[in-house]
This record gives sequence, structure tokens and C-alpha cells, in this order.
Amino acid sequence: MTRDSNVSELINITFQVRLDILEMLTLAKSGHLGGSLGVTDIVVSLYFNLLRHSPENPRWELRDRVVLSAGHLAPALYATLARAGYFPIEELKTLRQLGTRLQGHPSLGVELPGIETSSGSLGQGLGIAVGMALAAKIKQQNHKVVSIHGDGELQEGAIWEAAMSASHYKLSNLVAIVDRNQLQIDGHTEDVLSLEPLAEKWKAFGWEVKQCNGNDIKDFIQVFNSVGFHGTKPTVILANTIMGYGVPSIENDNRWHGKVPTNDEYESFKEQLRKKYRDIFGRSSAQPK
Amino acid sequence: MDLSRTYNMRATKDGFGRGIAEIATLNEKIVVLGADITASVGLGVFRDRFPNRFFSFGIAEQNVASVAAGLALEGLLPVFSTYATFVTTRCLDQVRVSIAYNNLKVIIGGAHAGILVGPDGATHQALEDIAIMRAIPRMTVISPCDAMQVEKAVKKAVEECKGPIYIRFGREPVPEFTNSDQEFEIGKTQLLKDGEDVTIIATGHMVWESLLATKILEQSGISCQVVNCHTIKPIDQSGILSFAKKTGKIVTVEEHQVLGGLGSAVSEVLSTQFPCPMLILGINDTFGESGSPRELFKKYQIDSESIARKVEIFLKQEL
Repeated sequence: MTRDSNVSELINITFQVRLDILEMLTLAKSGHLGGSLGVTDIVVSLYFNLLRHSPENPRWELRDRVVLSAGHLAPALYATLARAGYFPIEELKTLRQLGTRLQGHPSLGVELPGIETSSGSLGQGLGIAVGMALAAKIKQQNHKVVSIHGDGELQEGAIWEAAMSASHYKLSNLVAIVDRNQLQIDGHTEDVLSLEPLAEKWKAFGWEVKQCNGNDIKDFIQVFNSVGFHGTKPTVILANTIMGYGVPSIENDNRWHGKVPTNDEYESFKEQLRKKYRDIFGRSSAQPK
Repeated sequence: MDLSRTYNMRATKDGFGRGIAEIATLNEKIVVLGADITASVGLGVFRDRFPNRFFSFGIAEQNVASVAAGLALEGLLPVFSTYATFVTTRCLDQVRVSIAYNNLKVIIGGAHAGILVGPDGATHQALEDIAIMRAIPRMTVISPCDAMQVEKAVKKAVEECKGPIYIRFGREPVPEFTNSDQEFEIGKTQLLKDGEDVTIIATGHMVWESLLATKILEQSGISCQVVNCHTIKPIDQSGILSFAKKTGKIVTVEEHQVLGGLGSAVSEVLSTQFPCPMLILGINDTFGESGSPRELFKKYQIDSESIARKVEIFLKQEL
């Protein structure tokens, strides 16, 4: 199936997913808030508009594959999968608790529907995605393979080994999305270990490079849909995002990389999120549900 | 086991390459990922026979391991190999998370294992790989004694294993003393020579050295049984217990650090279930160095003469 929710429907879903993330992390008392909020528009757009997949049949052979290489962004993936119907929404509240299928970082072993691979150790997902994309070519299947990376993750050497191999094997069925929020735990990426000129690096490694605003669903969808998938190159989308997007008091603040709200902060963040979405809907003339 | 005859000399890596190439004719899911040293690790045979199922990934072990995981997630059966030093340390995190945590069936070949690789020196002599790989959950660890046995191990692994498999082998030609009729069962030790006074449990190249050692020990009137422990994990608990109960004394020999290897695995069984005197022979917490294989065996005291001498001293102490 392909879900082709329109933009205002998608915005409604991102609002719900962001509320889910706030609640999950507040309950779990640990996890990664900033990045999860920042990547939400990308993940929701993939599952509710761009990709071919089937929540009723998660292992459907022809589905598009998603590798969340930045495994710490799991809350955004979990909430999106639940909202897409992969598992009960109620289960989101079990994040990081003993016995849960919602492990701190995605785990294949606990058989949570929709999870394609374990991840959490940064830098490995692109190689896994290369293997999946190569397997699709070997088996002459035409599904897409999408990997999602943090920008700090690009400091891992294994990313560039994988990048080299993807262009060597002309994996045009592979799209890597970089959540370019410019922040990592120690600070600004360009202070910690500079990544720029990032587009030129990927180009030099033989990739088609696209850029977009990763918090603007319309822009992201348009750019993703402009990917050829049948050429000779893999594609990277450098998606500029804001860490903590949706809760202004924590936006662009790397202290919220791995921090969670107190109960009081939770109430305040929810209120900020509601206000933010009233503004977003005000601009787009769509209406919140 | 006839120790008086001469056996063909064959590198165990050739058994790996031949095993993969042969089983690949029966199993179309097998694909091989090259890490530049394809012929050197015995996989040239496969590349020549199945060019469409061979994929070169260059000198990038971390990526090779992750790509193997991706292929396995899609139902293929990937095989990759590079020197045992690199395949167990350079890409260990990928092996641990991408492959083992995902519980994927991937065959990982540890080539040029042990000190026998000789002149290349310490960087290329894998002496920690067994300890590292056996600590990883779900990993099967196999260290066959000769080329024929590596071949069998590969085929059995393809047929029977469900998760990741690490197979260790060497570069130097060594006597091929097992034959094609001999049964090979993953997780089961093999009693190669019967004896009364002590049991030597050895793995890899050390099985042959241990067999030679028994000839020397016989001259001193010591009757020694030799067991080939080709599977380090899962370890053959019942076999090891029965050998210990018979001779009351156990010696382990490995071309590997004594820290965490075969000796540790055996002692984990015996210390908890049948405590008995043990001697653990191997490399004693040191790196190797350049030299000819035989010189190194002698210097690090894992050649047949050294084994015999140490066993004799051990038995005297325990009397």
C-alpha cells in the first residue's frame, strides 16, 4: 500500500507523534528528546506518504525498507509506526521498560513489527542499507531502501566506507537521509569535528545530493519525490532540521540531545507544542483536528 | 590415528575456500564479500566459479561486516573473510551489533590465525580472536584441526547453524590427517587417541602438535589421550566431563592467548562441574613477533617437544 495523506493530514500526524514522543520520554525518564522531535516530519512523511509498506503485513516482500541508522531517534520511529497501525498505540508507554518491545534503541530480536534492523551503534546503518539495496538488485526487486542518519554520525569512518561502496555498485535504489540539525552531544558539529563542505563530500563519493528543509513536510516530500531511483547513483538528502522542533524553549539546544522532561516541563512542552501547531496551521490555512 | 605415516600438507585456508565453493553449488543463497585479500584467504576458488555471486568491497572491513548483515536481513547467506586479527577487532562492533545482535546467519572466516603465520609479525598473528568471538552472544566459534576439517565445518555450518559463525584457520601448510569419512559434528569433541594418564584437549594446529607430543610422552611411559576440540562454542560439556572423569587431569593446548581461549572455556566447564588439575598451554599474555613458523612454535613453547616436556612436569607435580 501507499499512504498518500495530504500535507495538512501529515501535519496533524506529526503533532500527534510529537505529543507521543513527549509522553513516552517523560514516562521512560530517559531517552533522546531533541533529535526525535527534530526528525519527526521526515519519518512521518516516509510512512504516511512516500513509502510503499503494509502495517498489516510488516514483512511484505515488496515493501520499501527503512534503516534508522541513528538508533537513538527510535521514539520518533516507534510513535510513527504505532500511529501507522503496526502495533497498539498504548504500547508506546512501555518505552525502555523491562520486557518491552520498545527497546532504548531499535532491536530486531524483540520482534516489534516494522523494525528492519537493530541499530544504536552509530555508523553501521548505511552499510546495512547498502547490503539491503544490493540484495534487491541481486533479486531484481524494485523497492527502495531508505536510511536515516544523524549529522554527527557522519564523523564515523564506516559511513564513508559504505558511501564508497554504494556508488561503486550504482545503488540507485538507496536514499540516505541526513538529519542535519548541526548539533551533537558535545556541541555544534562544526566545532566538534567539522563536516562541511558536506554536499561536496557526498558528491565526491559519487552520490546525487539533494537538500531540503527537513521540518517542512511539503519541501521534504517534493525533494524525495524528485529522486530518480533508476539512475546510476545513490542519493543523499541533506535535510536541514532543528533539534527539538516544535518546543521552542528547547529548540537548537544540544543539552536536550539526551535529556527528558520533568513532569512540570512535560506540561509546559505540551503547551508550547500546541501553540506552535496553532501557528503552523495559521500559516498553512489548514485546520488542526 | 596413525602417527607413523606421512600425511599431505595443506593450508587450512584452502579447506575454507573449497568448502564454500562446493556448498555454494547446492545453496544459491551464498554470496561472498571480498575484502581485497580474496585469494589469500582461500576464496579465489569461489570468485572464479561464481563471479556473479562475488562482491568486492575493498579494504574496508567495517563496511564488509555491515553489508553482510544487510544481505542476510534480505535472506541471502553472506560469507566474508579477512585476517583473523582484522575480522575480529577492526570490525568487531559491526560483527557484534549488525550481525550478532540481529542474530543473522553470516559466515565469518578468520584467516591466518595463530602465530604460525610467522614472518609477518605480531600485527598479523591473531592470538585473541577466540576469546573475543566466544564472548559475543549467539556466535558459534569453530577452530578445525586441518584443511579437510575446515571444509567439513563450512558445510555443516551452512547446513545447520542458525546464527553467526566464526571459523578460524591458518595459512601455512599443515598435515591433513583427518579423512573425508570421519564424522564432524559442530559442538562435539573428537577423541583421536586413547590413553590413561592424562587428556590433552587441543584445537586447530595444536591438535597435530599434541598428537606428536604423545609419541615423546610414550617414551617416558606416559599414556596420553588426545581430544580435538574443534568447536570452542558451544563447548562440548559432556565430552569434556567424561574425559576428565577418565584421566583425572586435563591439559589444553591452543595457538592463542591462554586468557579467554580454549583453556578458559574448558576450565569454565570443569571448575564448576568436576574440578580437577589443569594445565593451560598457549601464548602467555604477550604479542608475537617475526620468525619462521617452526621457530615461533618453539620459542612460544607450543611445539610438540615443549608440550611433551610441560605435560611431564605437570604430571610429576600432580603425583
